[in-house]
Amino acid sequence: MTREMTHAMTHDGPDTDHRLDGMAQGVLGRPEPRPEGALKVTGRAVYTGDQQVAGMVHGALVRATITRGRVTTLHSAPVLEMPGVLAVIDDARLVRFSGQGATTKPPAGDAAEVVYHGQPVALVVAETLEQARHAALRLRVDYAEEPGAATGPEEPAAEVELPEKKQSVTGEPDAALEAADAVIDRIYRTSSMSSAPMEPHASLAEWQGGKLVLHSTLQMLASAQGQVAAALGIEAEDVRVLAPHVGGGFGSKLGISPETVAAAIAAQRLGRPVSVVCSRPQSMETTSRRSETLQRIQLGADDEGRLTMIGHEALVSNLPGQKFSEPVQQATPFTYEAAHRRVVHRVARVHRLLCASVRAPGESVGATAFECAMDELADKLGMCPVALRLRNIPKLEPGTGRPFSSHKLAEALTTGARRFGWEHRHASLRARREGEWWIGMGMSSLVRVNTVMEAKARVTLSLEGSALVETDMTDIGTGSYAILTQIAAEMLGLPMGSVETVLGDTDLPASSGSGGSFGAASTGSAVYLACLELRSKLAEAMGCPEPELTLKDGHAIHDNRKVPLATLMGGAAMQAEGHLIPGEAEDKARQATWGAAFAEVGVNAVTGEIRVRRMLGTFAIGRVLNAQTARSQALGGMIWGIGMALTEELVHDARDGHIVNRDLAEYHVPVNADVPALEVHFIEERDDWAPMQAKGIGELGICGAGAAIVNAVHNACGVRVRSLPMTVDKVLAGLVEIDAEAQ
Amino acid sequence: MRAFDYIRAGSCKDALAEAETPGTAFIAGGTNLLDLMKHEVMTPARLVDISRLDLRGITLTDAGLRIGAMVSNSDLAADPLVRRHWPLLSRALLAGASGQLRNKATTGGNLLQRTRCYYFYDTAMQCNKREPGSGCAAIGGFNRIHAILGASDACIATHPSDMAVALRALSAEVELLAAGGGRRQVPLAAFYRLPGDTPHVETVLEPGEMIAAVLLPPAEGGRQIYRKVRDRASYAFALVSVAACLRMETGRIAAAALAFGGLAHMPWRSAELEGALIGEAPSPALFDHAADLLLAEAKGQGDNDFKIPLARRTLAAVLAEATAEEGARA
Amino acid sequence: MHVTLTINDTKHHLELDPRVTLLDAIRHHAGLTGTKKGCDHGQCGACTVMVNGRRINSCLSLAVMHDGDAITTIEGLGTPEALSPLQAAFIETDGFQCGYCTPGQICSATAMLEEIRAGWPSHVSETLDGPALPTEAEIAERMSGNLCRCSAYPNIIAAIRLAAAEREDAA
Repeated sequence: MTREMTHAMTHDGPDTDHRLDGMAQGVLGRPEPRPEGALKVTGRAVYTGDQQVAGMVHGALVRATITRGRVTTLHSAPVLEMPGVLAVIDDARLVRFSGQGATTKPPAGDAAEVVYHGQPVALVVAETLEQARHAALRLRVDYAEEPGAATGPEEPAAEVELPEKKQSVTGEPDAALEAADAVIDRIYRTSSMSSAPMEPHASLAEWQGGKLVLHSTLQMLASAQGQVAAALGIEAEDVRVLAPHVGGGFGSKLGISPETVAAAIAAQRLGRPVSVVCSRPQSMETTSRRSETLQRIQLGADDEGRLTMIGHEALVSNLPGQKFSEPVQQATPFTYEAAHRRVVHRVARVHRLLCASVRAPGESVGATAFECAMDELADKLGMCPVALRLRNIPKLEPGTGRPFSSHKLAEALTTGARRFGWEHRHASLRARREGEWWIGMGMSSLVRVNTVMEAKARVTLSLEGSALVETDMTDIGTGSYAILTQIAAEMLGLPMGSVETVLGDTDLPASSGSGGSFGAASTGSAVYLACLELRSKLAEAMGCPEPELTLKDGHAIHDNRKVPLATLMGGAAMQAEGHLIPGEAEDKARQATWGAAFAEVGVNAVTGEIRVRRMLGTFAIGRVLNAQTARSQALGGMIWGIGMALTEELVHDARDGHIVNRDLAEYHVPVNADVPALEVHFIEERDDWAPMQAKGIGELGICGAGAAIVNAVHNACGVRVRSLPMTVDKVLAGLVEIDAEAQ
Repeated sequence: MRAFDYIRAGSCKDALAEAETPGTAFIAGGTNLLDLMKHEVMTPARLVDISRLDLRGITLTDAGLRIGAMVSNSDLAADPLVRRHWPLLSRALLAGASGQLRNKATTGGNLLQRTRCYYFYDTAMQCNKREPGSGCAAIGGFNRIHAILGASDACIATHPSDMAVALRALSAEVELLAAGGGRRQVPLAAFYRLPGDTPHVETVLEPGEMIAAVLLPPAEGGRQIYRKVRDRASYAFALVSVAACLRMETGRIAAAALAFGGLAHMPWRSAELEGALIGEAPSPALFDHAADLLLAEAKGQGDNDFKIPLARRTLAAVLAEATAEEGARA
Repeated sequence: MHVTLTINDTKHHLELDPRVTLLDAIRHHAGLTGTKKGCDHGQCGACTVMVNGRRINSCLSLAVMHDGDAITTIEGLGTPEALSPLQAAFIETDGFQCGYCTPGQICSATAMLEEIRAGWPSHVSETLDGPALPTEAEIAERMSGNLCRCSAYPNIIAAIRLAAAEREDAA
């Protein structure tokens, strides 16, 4: 017998109780190793593509080789005669690209209608992987092609939309700019980018008595379940999605992808389990990408560096009809003070792979470009870049007058500057040389909006003194297993080893899923709330108010009484569900995470090669739930900043929009040798407006870190690159120019 | 991958006999061939596995160093003789690929890597190398990694090997075996072909011929330098690379051999450039002149225009390093 | 075709299509799914295994070419109950996040440390004849054939240095 209870909480305002600080177990916040670590380092953690079930067959997607048009004929007959081939699936329900996150709306079906080069149009299924791959490459497809489709955002043929809600003007920006003592007005560009998780997109579908069991590598299972059901035209309760281990996602697995639906349809058609594992090129060209951006940033300031005008115009792209547009200016309205402001957001409709969320949509590219412009302004004013930022920190959110939930930018800047040794930076350019290398330093602020999502989790306390945490949450490398285990252990007074966390199954309570840095605080809070409920019942049995109950090492303690938990449980396991509901808190206060990044780089004076020599980040993210996994997330974010600044560019052929470098040899994610010694420092804080006083950490690092590198390169060698990544060709052009001037 | 018959050769003779059947390809390390076969860019009907043939020796002879075709890139880079006398070769090998790939890739296979081009690898794109006469999608497409020297209207791809660039500077020769016992020795200079209007023919290797060994002439004294410029600090193909063997005598350049990677369909060498250096005292003006000679015919395609100044500057830096007084090197 | 692979000291007699890569043979035919497929083209290192003691990309090799070879995969290095020193070090330093590249990283590092012991130089070695040492720069260069998109690189280096130091102490 199990006693069941629910504790729901709507997040409407600040929580000053800080209950977690009053707990006795002492595991929360500590650098506890990941509970699933031993499985991962020994190859025992089972990922989607590792699943093998009896009778399983293999599917391979077939790609469109036109940009726009319609499939007229699939020449299936010759392929069906090839050894082992079981079916060519061209079902109208096949989807064209990935779904967006946090929605049950599926991606567009009718894959025969081609809207970008590389779009999947069919699935070939065969007994073996080798047979399926070969047959898929041999399937001949005829098209009725529609010429003239725009593939680049700056092409005249590209229609440009200005979504009404994304434009804003405050005061008189043009007049303010006119009157400013110092003005920056520059165009910055960032490239199309790929999430490129190490685990390619993959699904294994099996129908069991009218119900679909789907192993799929996804970040948000509950919404994906809805997407799959809607795409197939069945009920959500007839779909079960499993993803206990996910080999990285970075946004590309928020929604379902083409192979998910294709596997399900094929499995239904054949009555056999079908596995579809995307090849690396497919994983890069059939899912989603981060939009390239063109950003015009205008800054006006008085001669003491007070910003008077901020202008941020952006041009991004997406397929026609898509609502998502890279929210470049998400943090622009509140990061710095300025009386006069203008935000213009344009979306060009292009026939390229879908744009969707990639790690930190918005600030990753928006804050990066903005922080480059701030550096240019500091330069113009002859001011220290740190001082310029410190001078412009608002007390209340500009425009709305809302309070900040917490605002640690100043502390992040000053702490970072001190720990990095910023005082050793030469204000003048080209001031430090070691052999062929110019050495320089740069910095940037880091900022990322913070949000929570609805989440549920179930916690069961057994008579044996162990706890079971269950939710459909995923761990995409973020540390969900560790932190959810820690929260339950802390709240229930159990050693880590006595808590088991089970994730990644839609049969379990629906969580927030992983994305947008909201996973830990949202689903963590659901676990916290479930534990709070269990504590209430234990306190009742103990005969004391819940806040006075101490739980530690499997015992309840009050006054001078100490009893094993089981004695308070009435002979039955106890179970509670926690339910976090986002409320008015987000409207009442501006929530964000804050930080600063500092970089020292070397620029080769001959070739323009850049080496990051060291980097330091400070991070204010509220309560740190696990010092080690949080640090790893911060490191990852900063290294993504290195990638954005130096190496990553998804190249689209200007003629047809197809992705030219759709593999890991030519799409350059940073390798080990690109990454120097990195330091991470957390600014101790509790954000009362965040549940558990904890905010997100997965994205903050990338939200500006690249700018620290751009600015350091300028400081080192005098070359200001405004188009990322700063590959050698771009730096070299600047060096050649400077050398010519010197002669 | 297209289905194929797999034959493991027990001897060179067997291998060569098997290779007489049309549609046959040799496989050794397989690191490039399987990459291409998976994309069905290459679709051999038969694969003859030569990886176990006894072509693994590295032996010093009066004529120089003989390197068996099946010597792995990592064994070659770590070989004590190579490290001591041909450090350029070790350096070039170590600048290429990754530890895993170097363990698998062989000397012969490395030389026979296909040229690198995004459009060659993508069977949906036009490529004269894959389908002669179909056109070159790289011209007018994205061509940042492509050739600035020796390219044609049919093909602008570049050779990806680092090792071959070093071997070119070291004046290596290739020993080829043919069915029926034929054996010939071809200088690396004559081994590779420029694309012209037959870009699908990359070497002078006849059908059925096999590389048995690479022969290095005795090492000349002097400095050997390999410098590679690439998009990552490691594990990336060269944008530009320079291999230099240079000997100074009484303040003047007595001998110079320079080869370049990333610039052409094959490792590039310029007799004119080298001739201009011999007997001269090093100076920035001389290096500039050398670069002029190297790049006189250079032609960018747009995205790869930067390779012209990059090659110029890298060459000058390598020459400066190679001619610097002992102890004055950076 | 019939192929015998000795994987982690166990003989596997397999009947394979010649197209089956060593990676797919290990994963799908021998059922050892610890070795991962990240790119299938030798561009990421997730599939790294040791063949006769040397690390290779198992995706770029045909299984039929390895008849009779001794292969070590991540499963052969240790178990959750008996971790290898590198496996333990990866946990201690948080040398991974999603864990997908991890088996390849650990197999690669295991063989890489042997390469250093054998005195093999690397691209970043100052001299070609000096002793090879597991410094940060050397490890970073030698491990660059193993991509980690979570970007645990600093922690991976820390793990390898930890394991290397422990071995020195034990020696």
